[in-house]
Amino acid sequence: MDEQTVKRIQSDPNYVKLVAERKSFGWTLSIITLVIYYGYIALVAFAPGVIATPVAGAITVGIVVGAAIIVASIVLTGIYVVRANAHYDELTKAIVNASAAGGK
Amino acid sequence: MARLIKSSLLAASLALAGSAAYAADAAPSAGVDWNALIIFAIFVLLTLGITYWAAQRTRTAKDFYAAGGGITGFQNGLAIAGDYMSAASFLGISALVYSSGYYGLIYSIGFLVGWPIIMFLMAEPLRNLGRYTFADVASYRLQATPIRAMAATGTLVTVAFYLIAQMVGAGQLIELLFGLPYLVAVVLVGVLMVIYVTFGGMIATTWVQIIKATLLLIGATLMAILVLNAFDFDFNALLVKAIEVHPLHAKIMLPGAAVANPISAISLGMALMFGTAGLPHILMRFFTVGNAKEARKSVFWATTFIGYFYILTFIIGFGAIVMVGPDAIYHIGGDIAKGLLGGGNMPAIHLAHAVGGDLMKGFIAAVAFATILAVVSGLTLSGASAVSHDLYASVFRHGRVDEAAEVRASRITTVVLGIVAIVLGVLFEKINVAFMVGLAFAVAASANFPVLLLSMLWKGLTTRGAFVGGFAGLICAVVLTIFSPGIWVAVLGLSKDGAWFPYTSPAIFSMPLAFLCCWFFSITDKSAAASRERAAFDAQYVRSQTGIGAEKAAAH
Repeated sequence: MDEQTVKRIQSDPNYVKLVAERKSFGWTLSIITLVIYYGYIALVAFAPGVIATPVAGAITVGIVVGAAIIVASIVLTGIYVVRANAHYDELTKAIVNASAAGGK
Repeated sequence: MARLIKSSLLAASLALAGSAAYAADAAPSAGVDWNALIIFAIFVLLTLGITYWAAQRTRTAKDFYAAGGGITGFQNGLAIAGDYMSAASFLGISALVYSSGYYGLIYSIGFLVGWPIIMFLMAEPLRNLGRYTFADVASYRLQATPIRAMAATGTLVTVAFYLIAQMVGAGQLIELLFGLPYLVAVVLVGVLMVIYVTFGGMIATTWVQIIKATLLLIGATLMAILVLNAFDFDFNALLVKAIEVHPLHAKIMLPGAAVANPISAISLGMALMFGTAGLPHILMRFFTVGNAKEARKSVFWATTFIGYFYILTFIIGFGAIVMVGPDAIYHIGGDIAKGLLGGGNMPAIHLAHAVGGDLMKGFIAAVAFATILAVVSGLTLSGASAVSHDLYASVFRHGRVDEAAEVRASRITTVVLGIVAIVLGVLFEKINVAFMVGLAFAVAASANFPVLLLSMLWKGLTTRGAFVGGFAGLICAVVLTIFSPGIWVAVLGLSKDGAWFPYTSPAIFSMPLAFLCCWFFSITDKSAAASRERAAFDAQYVRSQTGIGAEKAAAH
């Protein structure tokens, strides 16, 4: 990719939008994941009693939270895919097309 | 404190190794299990057939390293899950739940949460920038020679530790399950993996992985259903019974002593989470799909399968507490006090027998072996690629080498790695393989991950920063692990006083050190080359975001 193409793509409003949106969305989801996980690790390290507290019958807080983190990991990656498929791919396509047209 | 360390080592070894305890408490061979042997033989024949088919289709370097880029997101998701769900996950985590209860789930969660991070920050740029190895990405705008040398070192160290663990685990598992001698078992694994990789390259390795992942998911699902069926699908009733019969009773619902030390808990959490994002054989899988969209789908499917699988291992572990724990026939000499037949990592295998008889046990045992075989193949291919693509083609020949010669170098390396793996497997027969896997994750998190992440996201990274940072993380992780009780005392047999590093994992120190060195040695780098590298970031970033100029899938 030559410098001119890079400059042209960088000034494409779709590119600016794609980069800004994906960056903030990706980091937001990453931070959510980190907070969930290290919150859990903190619970394990500092308040193990809470983990063993029963919620219903023998099912404990720890089991519910653990299962919830597994489900949340799947759901968060799913949310990212859905948004990327619907939104980012469209922007990317527009950028690629504009770049191909501008280059010729 | 000493007791805490000891119990944390024990627990870590169980969780990470799947086979850690074999050496210590292996029972005498139980004779050949024909069910297992026949099912496994069918698996081997099927996969050799696939290797033959794949060999016909492996013509170019791209076919060999990246399956021609023609794997779909769903297939790759299964293959990644296959790479990740090793025997350590299956046997090790269910064994950990069996012995300590809730503690096993903490490991499962740590192994899973790296995946969302890979998705949000790495999967797409990785696919858009790379070709065959993660060093392609790290060296995209940096100097090829030092960066590839560093990345190849990180890869080979990670692969070596992981490979030793799997080879030793395989040998011990086969010895116990099939009644074959350890040496025969290790040679068998080595020979089969060399055949898959040299002839079938990434195409064969991927399909072996997909078949094995499918078998493992089916087997684990069946077992979990059979366990729950015994309790009329009342999970609570299963837990109540488990608490009643387990020697620790209600304490099995506590997190366990090993993570009672907050630094150990956090450090282990970091190694598990970020190590995943630095495992070379996993990263390599992102280059087997056609584009960034398929890379994204791969991560989603991988996360789904792996998450589902960990929920199953939890149910299987609790099922084993109830159905295997109190049953004398699964214990040495019919005496519960003497421990499980075949050692502490066998609850899942015995549970298969308890819920489904000899045939189910044979099936699960064969799947466990297939799992190890598939994982070592993926590791070997990754190590061979680092040698041929990064070291041979780029570092030594400076890119002046044709594709055919590069692939030939890769095949030769595979054979060499196969021999090395067999030798290491024999030499380290008695080693605590848990620390090898733990070290592999720690090195991946401390050397590979920081350099890879920064090379993609931070404009300021220079060759000097990446080189110093990567090696600092690598050396720090290895040194701290050597001076931890797990290696110093348990493996090297030296005095406890020498083991000055008391934590379960070095990651909490080595990973930040790597980031710090990358940063410091980059910002202080005033050379002309460094400013060229910073200037080249924009073009790299555009490609990583849009895929313009990225590798296309091969047409065939």
